[in-house]
Amino acid sequence: MTYITKPRLHHPLLAPNALGFTRRDYEGKVSTLCAGCGHDSISAAIIQAAYELDLPPHRLAKLSGIGCSSKTPDYFLGNSHGFNAVHGRMPSVLTGASLANRELIYLGVSGDGDSASIGLGQFAHSVRRGVNMTYIVENNGVYGLTKGQFSATSDPGSKSKRGVVNHDQAIDLVGLALQLGASFVARSFSGDKDQLTPLIKAAISHKGAAFIDVISPCVQFNNHVGSTKSFDYVREHNAALNRLDFIEPREEITVDYAPGEVEIVRQHDGSILKLRKLSAEYDPTDRISAMGHLQLHQARGEVVTGLLYVDPDAKDLHDHLGTVQKPLNQLGDAELIPGPAALAAINDSLR
Amino acid sequence: MEPTNTEAPDYFHKVVDCQWACPAHTPVPEYIRLIAEGRYSDAYMINWKSNVFPGILGRTCDRPCEPACRRGRVEDQPVAICRLKRVAADNKDDIRGRLPRPARIKNGKRVVMVGCGPASLAVARDLAPFGYDITIIDQDPKPGGMIRSQIPRFRLPESIIDEEVGYITDLGMTLRQGERVDSLKALLDEGYDAVFVGSGAPRGRELSIPGRQEAAAHIHIGIDWLSSVSFGHTDKIGRRVIVLGGGNTAMDCCRTSRRLGGDDVKVIVRSGFEEMKASPWEKEDAMHEDIPILNYLVPKEFTHENGRLTGVTFEKVHAVYDAKGRRDLVPTGEPDQHFECDDVLVAVGQENAFPWIERDIGLEFDKWDMPVVNEITMGSTHPKVFFGGDSAFGPKNIIWAVAHAHQAAISIHKLLSGEDVDDRPPPGVTLASQKMGIHEWSYDNDISNDARRRVPLRDKAEALSNVKLEVELGFDVKLAFQEAQRCLNCDVQTVFSTPLCIECDACVDICPVDCITFTSDGEEAELRERLKVPARNLTQDLYVSTELPTGRVMVKDEDVCLHCGLCAERCPTGAWDMQKFLLSVTQVEDICASRKMAAE
Ligand SMILES: Cc1cc2nc3c(=O)[nH]c(=O)nc-3n(C[C@H](O)[C@H](O)[C@H](O)COP(=O)(O)OP(=O)(O)OC[C@H]3O[C@@H](n4cnc5c(N)ncnc54)[C@H](O)[C@@H]3O)c2cc1C
Ligand SMILES: Cc1ncc(C[n+]2csc(CCOP(=O)(O)OP(=O)(O)O)c2C)c(N)n1
Ligand code: SF4
Ligand code: SF4
Ligand code: SF4
Ligand SMILES: [Mg+2]
Repeated sequence: MTYITKPRLHHPLLAPNALGFTRRDYEGKVSTLCAGCGHDSISAAIIQAAYELDLPPHRLAKLSGIGCSSKTPDYFLGNSHGFNAVHGRMPSVLTGASLANRELIYLGVSGDGDSASIGLGQFAHSVRRGVNMTYIVENNGVYGLTKGQFSATSDPGSKSKRGVVNHDQAIDLVGLALQLGASFVARSFSGDKDQLTPLIKAAISHKGAAFIDVISPCVQFNNHVGSTKSFDYVREHNAALNRLDFIEPREEITVDYAPGEVEIVRQHDGSILKLRKLSAEYDPTDRISAMGHLQLHQARGEVVTGLLYVDPDAKDLHDHLGTVQKPLNQLGDAELIPGPAALAAINDSLR
Repeated sequence: MEPTNTEAPDYFHKVVDCQWACPAHTPVPEYIRLIAEGRYSDAYMINWKSNVFPGILGRTCDRPCEPACRRGRVEDQPVAICRLKRVAADNKDDIRGRLPRPARIKNGKRVVMVGCGPASLAVARDLAPFGYDITIIDQDPKPGGMIRSQIPRFRLPESIIDEEVGYITDLGMTLRQGERVDSLKALLDEGYDAVFVGSGAPRGRELSIPGRQEAAAHIHIGIDWLSSVSFGHTDKIGRRVIVLGGGNTAMDCCRTSRRLGGDDVKVIVRSGFEEMKASPWEKEDAMHEDIPILNYLVPKEFTHENGRLTGVTFEKVHAVYDAKGRRDLVPTGEPDQHFECDDVLVAVGQENAFPWIERDIGLEFDKWDMPVVNEITMGSTHPKVFFGGDSAFGPKNIIWAVAHAHQAAISIHKLLSGEDVDDRPPPGVTLASQKMGIHEWSYDNDISNDARRRVPLRDKAEALSNVKLEVELGFDVKLAFQEAQRCLNCDVQTVFSTPLCIECDACVDICPVDCITFTSDGEEAELRERLKVPARNLTQDLYVSTELPTGRVMVKDEDVCLHCGLCAERCPTGAWDMQKFLLSVTQVEDICASRKMAAE
């Protein structure tokens, strides 16, 4: 960690976005995580994504649980809303917040312990309900904050820093998310911001439950030989499916690719996902084949990254429930107390 | 790109923008830190070694360091480097015990200097402690050259000149003030082992337009007039004064006039206001004293009545640029303008004059009638004669005179030690880690957000009442501390070690000014555009590593690095380290010290 605050001075050529903010304006407090922590790189990618999307900071709410990863919302988007929930309980708080005010953009930030160990049930239900959110797990395979115990995503056979071998099966959050009906599923690596940043932008623009598993080496407890979440291991075993270019609705798309090399997916808000294929046969809009591909390559010891699955026309929890468009705290007496006639109509319908 | 060779002494030196820009390469951040610590004497001595006249320069330096200062690239204003130097001089203790002592034994070599300005004095300082028998001959009544004769007392009190010139003359030398050298040949015939010509550029340029002769009694050549003010021969001027010219002499002339009875003083220049030779702060100071500066007016005629000056007529011009961007001043066709006045000060330039150097003694002159001088050794084509200061390449300033002098002193020392004058000693360089703990550095890496402090001035009415009253009061200790904290410590270098880097990106993420990029290698021009923020300041280098395990390279744009050390704090492996680079230009003293060590 660092004791001085990050200097305010910035590069004179740093470009402002459409709102007049530079990237520096999307930063938060200076991080207190260990030097070199992958989580800090993910924070940097979130900052970059929000800046590039011209997000008004007050339009976004960042929610997290407990853990080093869950501390990070303090280190980005310092002018956005935030909620630090109990360990593993972020998904319920996020679901509730989303129901109360569907006008905000919801960003859930969690760890592998927070989401796959103590919070597994919460995670599963928020995904299967299709809460409109971007859910990022900063996955380091350990409980970083409590000093490096194996978490539920540690691969069997991987070794702790002190040489202890993990025998438990790993929970694959990406596989789970696919099964549970997430409509946007991706995996990335904290050490590859070129891949991660467009994925975050696409996820934020996506309507529905968007899940990104970001492998994020813990330099203190899980970056040694024998770990499957180290910088070296991930770089050696990374099997990227595609490179994503995220194109905002207002931008022109230029067609500069040969057919078959690129797949274009248009999302509900008009944004375009331009996927340069790295794996020839892969179709990111086919959930079943995505699951198959994942299983196959994971069995070969590969770390599959990229945009695994997207359903551009997905429905979300609000669609399912038919909820009111306005945030609840903006509803007036007229909407909240519709009067005896409305009550009578409801009663009639139940007779 | 080729990986950067940080071993080459110029690489890190260039990063210390102020030191690189200082002709004498004063280690600026080193003394600024000492000022912040309140160690004024130590800060003074660092300056004294490099630039010889800290108290004088702290008030008068042309400060090439300030436009170069990095702080000016990350916010509006550079660090007030020059005025911080003055703080060291103002607040030091008695440092005489720390100065070199006169040589106990003379080495039998006789060196003579023509002129006793900063150039000659600095050569004398470098040589005297090592036993040289030094004689300085100067036509003025007192030593100091233009420091004493030209720079007005309200900018530089005489006590400061006496003090700092005294530190040098106390080293033991013969001063022959009030004596003109009329023949270099005769001087050489006196058997000196070496001659240093530090005679300056003592002639003010004339303005030969109609009326010059007739109204001569009230038309004065600026530098002659200033010198007669300095030496007390002139103490008043007419009420209405026109100063012609836009350089620093013009600025000193107009401000001096304001103090000698001129209450309607104007500066009138041919060029545009922006292109004037005077520094922006000099123009500001003049305007602050209610002196208007009128531009694009070319003097045509001095008007006079019964032999008395009545004013000056000007032609109005405007600037026209040709395809190559060259400027031409073209009459606008408007009617001429006439300004009434009682006196005119002509400050339209300064020239060298060497009527006392014979052209047949083996000392070559070029087609502009300037001596041919080697820019490195300061030697002329005569083996025993060296030049420095304004006499060498035309009028410059004090700090250039000092820089020349150090080199000339080395040349003279080498010549008289029977060594090759062209074999120049490399600078002394050290590089040392500043790490004190995990997040502790030997320097204050917390960047101050403060804007540049203004130097407090004396009340205007009081300042204008007496030509000898210093206008600037100088920073007090508190302001000095605040200003010193603005320095970015550019000498504390970011040093990268490829084998230690695990490419975690932590340094990239934390860097407040986006200096660092990990990317594939490429040609410089193209690489510069591919960085996190494009590196468009081509005067600043890229620091490029050797290839990393992912096949990429680390590229750091030195341009706006704040030297905050956050990259090194964030690096989990110590691949970045903050190391202090200290470069000292080798002087005669260092050559003698290393020789003494070798002998012991
Ligand atoms: C009005 C004015 C203001 C200036 N203000 C500044 C300023 O604020 N900051 C700055 O850095 N620079 C300033 N300068 C420039 C600066 O004064 C000179 O660049 C500097 O003094 C040059 O030093 P020097 O040792 O080469 O020569 P000088 O200082 O010119 O000294 C040369 C000496 O040699 C003597 N001399 C010449 N010929 C002979 C001879 N034949 N025999 C005997 N003696 C001789 C001269 O009388 C003089 O005393 C100013 C100049 C002027 C004219
Ligand atoms: C209810 C509860 N149980 C246990 C803890 C202790 N605890 C704090 S953080 C943490 C694990 C966090 O792991 P993860 O989510 O992977 O975050 P990381 O620090 O690795 O980023 C645990 C078990 C707690 N704070 N609350
Ligand atoms: S910030 Fe300090 S070290 Fe850097 S150039 Fe300016 S004065 Fe020199
Ligand atoms: S010292 Fe390091 S972190 Fe600070 S500005 Fe320079 S490169 Fe960036
Ligand atoms: S922080 Fe250190 S290890 Fe990480 S990328 Fe930068 S130099 Fe390399
Ligand atoms: Mg974890």
